[in-house]
Amino acid sequence: MSNTLEIKNLNVSIGDKQILKDFSLTVPKGEVHAIMGPNGTGKSTLAKAMAGHPEYEVTSGEVIIDGENIMEMEADERSRAGLFLAFQYPMEIPGVTIANFIRAALNARLPDDEELNAPDYYKELYAKMDLLKIDRKFTARAVNDGFSGGEKKRCEILQMAMLNPKYAVLDETDSGLDIDALKVVAEGVNSMRGPNLGALVITHYQRLLDYIVPDVVHVMYDGRIVKSGDKNLALELESKGYEWVKELAGEAAAS
Amino acid sequence: MSESSDAINPIKEAFNRHIEDLDTAPAWWKTSKTEAFENFASLPLPTRRTETWRFANIKGLELDDVKFAALPSISDAASLVDRSNFIETYAGRFVFGDDQTLKADRLSPELAAKGVIWAPLREAVSKHGEILKDYFMKQEADLGSAKFAALHQAFLENGALLYVPKGVEIEDPFVVYNWSINAGSAIFPHTLVITEDFAKVRLVEANLSATEDAAAFSCGVNHIFAGVGSTVDYTLLQNFNEQTLGFQINSNIAGKDSNVKTISVNVGCKRYRSETHGQIKGSGSQVNMLSLAVADHDQEIDQRTLQTHSAPHTYSNLLFKNALVDDARTIFSGLIKVDPGAQQTDAYQTNRNLLLSGTAEANSLPGLEIDANDVKCSHGATTSQIEDDEIFYMLARGIPREKAQELIVYGFFEEILEQISCDTVAENARQIIQAKFKKRLRK
Ligand SMILES: Nc1ncnc2c1ncn2[C@@H]1O[C@H](COP(=O)(O)OP(=O)(O)O)[C@@H](O)[C@H]1O
Ligand SMILES: [Mg+2]
Repeated sequence: MSNTLEIKNLNVSIGDKQILKDFSLTVPKGEVHAIMGPNGTGKSTLAKAMAGHPEYEVTSGEVIIDGENIMEMEADERSRAGLFLAFQYPMEIPGVTIANFIRAALNARLPDDEELNAPDYYKELYAKMDLLKIDRKFTARAVNDGFSGGEKKRCEILQMAMLNPKYAVLDETDSGLDIDALKVVAEGVNSMRGPNLGALVITHYQRLLDYIVPDVVHVMYDGRIVKSGDKNLALELESKGYEWVKELAGEAAAS
Repeated sequence: MSESSDAINPIKEAFNRHIEDLDTAPAWWKTSKTEAFENFASLPLPTRRTETWRFANIKGLELDDVKFAALPSISDAASLVDRSNFIETYAGRFVFGDDQTLKADRLSPELAAKGVIWAPLREAVSKHGEILKDYFMKQEADLGSAKFAALHQAFLENGALLYVPKGVEIEDPFVVYNWSINAGSAIFPHTLVITEDFAKVRLVEANLSATEDAAAFSCGVNHIFAGVGSTVDYTLLQNFNEQTLGFQINSNIAGKDSNVKTISVNVGCKRYRSETHGQIKGSGSQVNMLSLAVADHDQEIDQRTLQTHSAPHTYSNLLFKNALVDDARTIFSGLIKVDPGAQQTDAYQTNRNLLLSGTAEANSLPGLEIDANDVKCSHGATTSQIEDDEIFYMLARGIPREKAQELIVYGFFEEILEQISCDTVAENARQIIQAKFKKRLRK
């Protein structure tokens, strides 16, 4: 199907340990889906396996972007194909400035003989930094080097805004943010919502979903989705706690 | 190979021809060359046990494959001169190809009137003999390559003499291009910089190959004599092709209150040996010695340094950074030596290596030898590996692997590149590094 992100029967292992178990999910473009689940359930594994991290071994299954299976692609090709991952733990890249980093990522999307127009690039970069309340001086700082947790997360969203992905996976972008920073990040994400973006928002806490209101909420446990519903499912989960998820998992296994 | 069997020794034969070809040169010049050759012949080759060659590959130093023959004529001089374009505005430019003068851009009449001398060595031998007698090859090669420095002196054909008289400050840089052209050829680039009191000058030297595949031998020397209160800024870009065996034996003497800065950018050569000696002889003087190297495939970059402080109130700072890819090897061996009288010396030595592959090898041998008690000295060496997760993070943004490595390498080198005082030279250095990574992409 075009205009959807389809994850089909994905099985992923780390070493001999299977983490994702026949995981399936479809996110149509224009929608925001949330995945909630306890720690260690495989949310980051899903995100990194989709992005092509070499440590995560995909034993079977497909991830299809607008009809194209990306699982045979290298990580950089997947990104250029339109998939974006906002990392739970963004890496520090010493010596590489944010401006040069994002520029390189954009240049990688252009034909070999084309280069980005520098003035236009900076204009756009500054506008998006302003929106995310990132000081313009940060362009000259090395990527994530010495950033606070909140600065790192805002920098992830800045990269997303500049790269304009078709589908974005946001892995616990809310963790470590105070409420003001959370609002800024949510506003940034909301400004990108629309018919050209599908988003998968991974979170441990319902709080984020007050600001990025999802179309669909999935509850994940032990490597698979155990229940899906609308935004009220997140509230239900919040009030019943993650113990409830185990019960759901039992029911899902029995059915 | 036995050094004494002159009759069949091709280097000896080549030297005899070299001296014959110098028929119009003054006798003292020929004598000094003959002595240098004898010196070369009598000094031993390094062995596995030679401390100053520790970790280095010593194979092939007999130079059996090198043709020390008279040089063939150069057909594509014009295109090489065109390519000698790292700097647009210069005070003087020499373009040498296989040690022959392809282009000599002379001094402006104003600078000539002030007594500045800018001459190809071939010409200086007859016109500026008195200066050469005082300064030419007057700094010992004491870091292990005395034999090759002697070879340099014996076979040297050309080079650049830059003499700046008292009080003359020159803003535009002088530039020397040394092109290696023919396969098997040997070149002996030489730059000699002498500044009198309070003079100020910049020299940029670029060592390059005309083609990517002509295997050649280069054995270069740079000597700087910085007079009282003078300022010398020297930059070397070494981008010979990856078939070349290169030696670069550099030394500077910093006079009282002088300021000397040397920067080397090393990208090319199959094997490259550089020796850098800062002789901080005058009180109040400051010497900065910087270097960067990018090594890939099976390249070997061997760096030996010495900072000798022999006067009080002196400062030296050395920073050598190497980035290694594939199975490349680097060696950094550095020593800070502070003589008993050199109180209140500040001397720093840093070697940083960045490994971009698990099979590259960076060897580091930092050292201190301090005979004064009131000094501030430190040395440090670090080797770090780019983490797979750093690369993955960049891949996840769509940046191809080679580009990701290149960006990290640029970041690593920036603190050196930004100290190259000529912007266009810094830009060329960046382009040379970039071209090396581009070439990797094509393979
Ligand atoms: N790099 C790794 N090496 C070994 N085990 C890992 C690695 N990453 C995750 N795991 C394990 O995989 C499981 C799922 O982890 P993760 O996907 O990070 O969960 P979540 O993001 O939901 O908290 C956990 O049991 C975790 O310990
Ligand atoms: Mg996680």
